[in-house]
Amino acid sequence: MVLVLALGDLHIPHRAPDLPTKFKSMLVPGKIQHIICTGNLCIKEVHDYLKTICPDLHITRGEYDEETRYPETKTLTIGQFKLGICHGHQVIPWGDLDSLAMLQRQLDVDILVTGHTHQFTAYKHEAGVVINPGSATGAYSSITYDVNPSFVLMDIDGLRVVVYVYELIDGEVKVDKIDFKKTTASANSAH
Amino acid sequence: MMIADGIEDEEKWLAEGIAGIQHNAFYLHRAVESNNLREALKYSAQLLSELRTSRLSPHKYYELYMRAFDELRRLEMFFKDEDRHGCSVVDLYELVQHAGNVLPRLYLLCTVGSVYIKSKEAPAKDVLKDLVEMCRSVQHPIRGLFLRSYLAQISRDKLPDIGSEYEGDGDTVMDAVDFVLQNFTEMNKLWVRMQHQGPIRVKEKLDKERSKLRDLVGKNLHVLSQVEGVDLEIYKDTVLPRVLEQVVNCKDELAQYYLMDCIIQVFPDEYHLQTLETLLGAFPQLQPAVDIKTVLSQLMDRLSNYAASSAEVLPEFLQVEAFAKLSNAIGKVIEAQVEMPVVGAISLYVSLLTFALRVHSDRLDYVDQVLGACVKKLSGSPKLEDNKATKQVVALLTAPLEKYNDIDTALTLSNYPRVMDHLDAGTNKIMAMVLIQSIMKYNTCVSTAEKVDVLFELIKGLIKDIDGTLADELDEEDFKEEQNSVARLVHMLYNDDPEEMLQIICTVRKHIMAGGPKRLPFTVPPLVFSALKLVRRLQGLDGEVAGEEVPATPRKIFQLLNQIIEALSNVPSPELALRLYLQCAEAANDCDLEPVAYEFFTQAFVLYEEEVADSKAQVTSIHLIIGTLQRMNAFGVENRDTLTHKATGYSAKLLKKPDQCRAVYACSHLFWVDDQDGIKDGERVLLCLKRSLRIANAAQQMANVTRGTGGPVTLFVEILNKYLYFFEKGNPQITSAAIQGLIELIKTEMQSDTATPDPASDAFFACTLRYIEFQKQKGGAMGEKYDSIRI
Repeated sequence: MVLVLALGDLHIPHRAPDLPTKFKSMLVPGKIQHIICTGNLCIKEVHDYLKTICPDLHITRGEYDEETRYPETKTLTIGQFKLGICHGHQVIPWGDLDSLAMLQRQLDVDILVTGHTHQFTAYKHEAGVVINPGSATGAYSSITYDVNPSFVLMDIDGLRVVVYVYELIDGEVKVDKIDFKKTTASANSAH
Repeated sequence: MMIADGIEDEEKWLAEGIAGIQHNAFYLHRAVESNNLREALKYSAQLLSELRTSRLSPHKYYELYMRAFDELRRLEMFFKDEDRHGCSVVDLYELVQHAGNVLPRLYLLCTVGSVYIKSKEAPAKDVLKDLVEMCRSVQHPIRGLFLRSYLAQISRDKLPDIGSEYEGDGDTVMDAVDFVLQNFTEMNKLWVRMQHQGPIRVKEKLDKERSKLRDLVGKNLHVLSQVEGVDLEIYKDTVLPRVLEQVVNCKDELAQYYLMDCIIQVFPDEYHLQTLETLLGAFPQLQPAVDIKTVLSQLMDRLSNYAASSAEVLPEFLQVEAFAKLSNAIGKVIEAQVEMPVVGAISLYVSLLTFALRVHSDRLDYVDQVLGACVKKLSGSPKLEDNKATKQVVALLTAPLEKYNDIDTALTLSNYPRVMDHLDAGTNKIMAMVLIQSIMKYNTCVSTAEKVDVLFELIKGLIKDIDGTLADELDEEDFKEEQNSVARLVHMLYNDDPEEMLQIICTVRKHIMAGGPKRLPFTVPPLVFSALKLVRRLQGLDGEVAGEEVPATPRKIFQLLNQIIEALSNVPSPELALRLYLQCAEAANDCDLEPVAYEFFTQAFVLYEEEVADSKAQVTSIHLIIGTLQRMNAFGVENRDTLTHKATGYSAKLLKKPDQCRAVYACSHLFWVDDQDGIKDGERVLLCLKRSLRIANAAQQMANVTRGTGGPVTLFVEILNKYLYFFEKGNPQITSAAIQGLIELIKTEMQSDTATPDPASDAFFACTLRYIEFQKQKGGAMGEKYDSIRI
C-alpha cells in the first residue's frame, strides 16, 4: 500500500492566503510516500512546506510558479503504475478530456495527473485514468466557478488504485472514492 | 590572597566558637540536671559570650547562633520548672540581669521573659515592651539583629492578639502591633547598618551576605499579617504607614526592594487594593537604584490574579480607581527617576497594559491611555536605539493583539500607530509582520475600507520605502517573505457588500501604488484577483438601473483593473501583466463585455510583441493567449478573426520549429468549439493542421541536413492525434484517407535509414495505434468511422 498525495493550483499568495486549516491538520508528515503536484504553488515557501509532508516531491511547472525550472512534464513509476504529471495550461482546449488523453498517450502512462481548471475530475478511458485534483486552496479560476478546495490521495496496491478525493464544502471535509484496476502488469519498459 | 586567608580564618574562628559553646553546654547540662540555678546561669552566660564575637560574617554567625539557640531552648524548659530551681519567675527576671556582659544578659532576659509571659504573672504587653526596649543596648548590627531575631522568635506565639490566651485589656491588638513594629524597625536599621561594619568590605559579597539575612527582618511583616486583630482599619492606619516610613527612611536599596516586595507578598490583595494610594505613594520616594518596575509588576500581577479569581471583586477595582492610581504612580516614578533608562519606563507601561487588559479588558480607553503615555515618553527621548527598549515596545504592541484576537480592536486604538512611529524602520517592519501574522493566525477579516486604511498605515514600513531606508539594503529572502505576507493579507480584506468591497480595493490600490517597482509584482496579483472575484459576484447585475447611480459595476472594476495592471509596466513585468490581462479578458467575456475583452486582448498582444523576448517565455505566453482565445464566445466575427489571425501568425513565428508546429496545431482549436453555438470551421482547422504538418516536415529535413539523421517522429504522431480528434468530432474536411496517409508517413519515417531510434515516440505511436484499434472495436458509429483505417 503506497500513498500518493496529488494536489495543485494552490496559487499562494496570488489568489489564496494559505491552505485551509482543516486540510493542513490532515496532511501530517510521515504518512505519505510521494507527492505529485501539478504546479502553480506559487512560491518557495509552499514548496518547502510540501517537502516537510514528504520529501519525495514531484512538481511540474504552472504558468504562475516563481520557480521557472520545474519541468513541463514528468513521469514516474510507483509500483505497477506509470504516472505522468503536467500542469495542463499547455494542453488546449483547457480541460478537454480528449486532448488530455492524447497527452496521456504521448507520455505513455497509466495515470495522468493534471490541473489548471481547478475542477476535480477522475476520468477513465481505454488507456488509463486522467485525474485532476482541483485546487487545494479553492483558488479563483477563470474556467471554473465556485471552486471548493480539494486534493486527491491515491492508494496504490498492486494492480489496483483507489482514488480518494477530499473536498472542503461549507466548512466540512467530504470524502469520495473511486476504484481503478489495471488489466495487465506493466512490461519492464525500455525507458 | 587576603580573601582566601580570611575564609580560612573564619572557619577557624567559627570552629572555636562552636567548641566554646559545646564546652559550656556540657557544664550547663550538668548544672540543669542537678537543678543548680546559679551554675546554670553561670555557664549559660559563658556560652552566650561566644556570640559576642565580631569576627564572623553574617552567614557564619548564623551557624553559631543556631547552636546557642538550641541550648537556650533547653534552658527555658529548666527556667519554667520553678519546682526544680526554686526561683519565682519574677525573681528570675531580676536575677538574670546581673549577668556581666550585656549580650548574654539580654539573651537570658528574653528567655526568662518567654517564661514570664507564659506564667501570666504580668501582662504580655508589659514584658514585651520591656524586652524590645532593652535590646537597644546592643547596637552592633550583626549581634543586635540576631538578638532581636531571637526575641521575635520567642514572642511569636505570645502576642496579646484578640482571641489569644495572652489577650490583654485596653487596646490589646495595638500593643501587639506596636511591639512587632518596633522590633521590625530596629531590626531593619541594624540590617541596613551591616554594610558599614563587619569583616567583609567588597560590596557585592556584602550584599550577598546581607541578602541571606533578609528573611530575619521580613519575618516580622509575616507575623503582623498573621495577627488576627489586624484588620483593614489597623493595617491602613497603623501598620502600613509605619512600615513604609521605615522603608523610605532607611534609604537602603537592598532593604527597600526586599521590603516592598515583602509587603506585597505577605499582606492580602484586598488590603493592597484599599491602600493603593498609600502604597504607591512610597515608590517615588525610594532610592533611584531600586528596581521599582519589578515590584510594581509584581503588584500589578497579584492584583490581576485577584481580579481573575472572582467576578465579585471587580467592582472593588473600579471603586478604588485602581487603574487611575497605578497609572499616576507610574507616571510619578518615571518623572522622579530621571536617570531611569527608556527600557525601564516602557516595561512599566507593559506591566500596566497587561493589568488593564486583564482587569479592564472592556475598557479600550484605558489601553489607549497607556499607549498614549508611552508615546509621550518616547517623544521626549531620542529615537529608540536600545535593543531591550525596542523589545519592550514590541511587547507593548503585541499584548492587545493577543488579548483581543480580533485586529479590529487594535485598529481602533488611536495611539497604536503613534507608538509604532517611534520604532526604528527595522523594528517597525517586524511589528508590521506581527500584525499580519496575528490576522492570519486568527483568520480575522478586515471588513471596511476605513479599517483597511488604518491597517495599511500601520504596516506602511512594508508597503513602501520610509524616508531613509532603501529596499536594496534588505536581504532578498527577507524582502520576499515580507511582500508575500502583504500579498496574503490582501485576501483577508473582504466585505459582502459590493460597494464596500470596491472601496476596500481602491484603498489597497492607493497604498500599494506607492510601493515602487520592487513591490508591485508581489502586491498587484492578489489585488487583481480580489477584484476579479468581485466582478464575478456582480455578474449579471451590470445594471444601468434606471436612475440609480451604482458605483460598483463590472465595467468600473475593469477600468480599475486596467490601471492596476498597467502599473506593472514600470517594473517592468510583462509576462505577469500578460497573464493578468488574459484573466481579465476572460472575466470580461463572461460579463459579455466584448469591447472590454477585446481591449484586454490588445494589451496582452502588445506586451507579447514588444516585451516578451525570451523564446521559452514566448511559447508559454502564446499558448496562454491561444487557450484563452479558444474560450471566448463574446466576440463578433470581425474581432475574433483579427485576434485568431494574430495568434496563428505569432505561432508560426516562434523560434524553434517544434514549438511553431505545436502552437500552430493548437490554433486549430480556435476554429472549432464544441458548444452548440460554437464555431465549427472545418476548413480552417484543416489549414492549421496542414500548416503544422509542413512545419514538421521542414523540421525533419532540417535535422537531416544539419545532423545527418532524422529528428524524432513525435511531432508527426502529435499531429496524427489531432487529426483523429477532429475526425471524431465530425469535421468533414478530415478524411480517413488523410489519416491513413499520416500513419504511413510515420511508419516510413520510423523505418528509414536515417531514423534515430526514439523509444518515447515509438511508445506514443504504439499507444495511438492501440487507441485506433480500440475505437474500431467499439462498433456503432465510431467503429464505422474507423472502419476504413488500416494499421
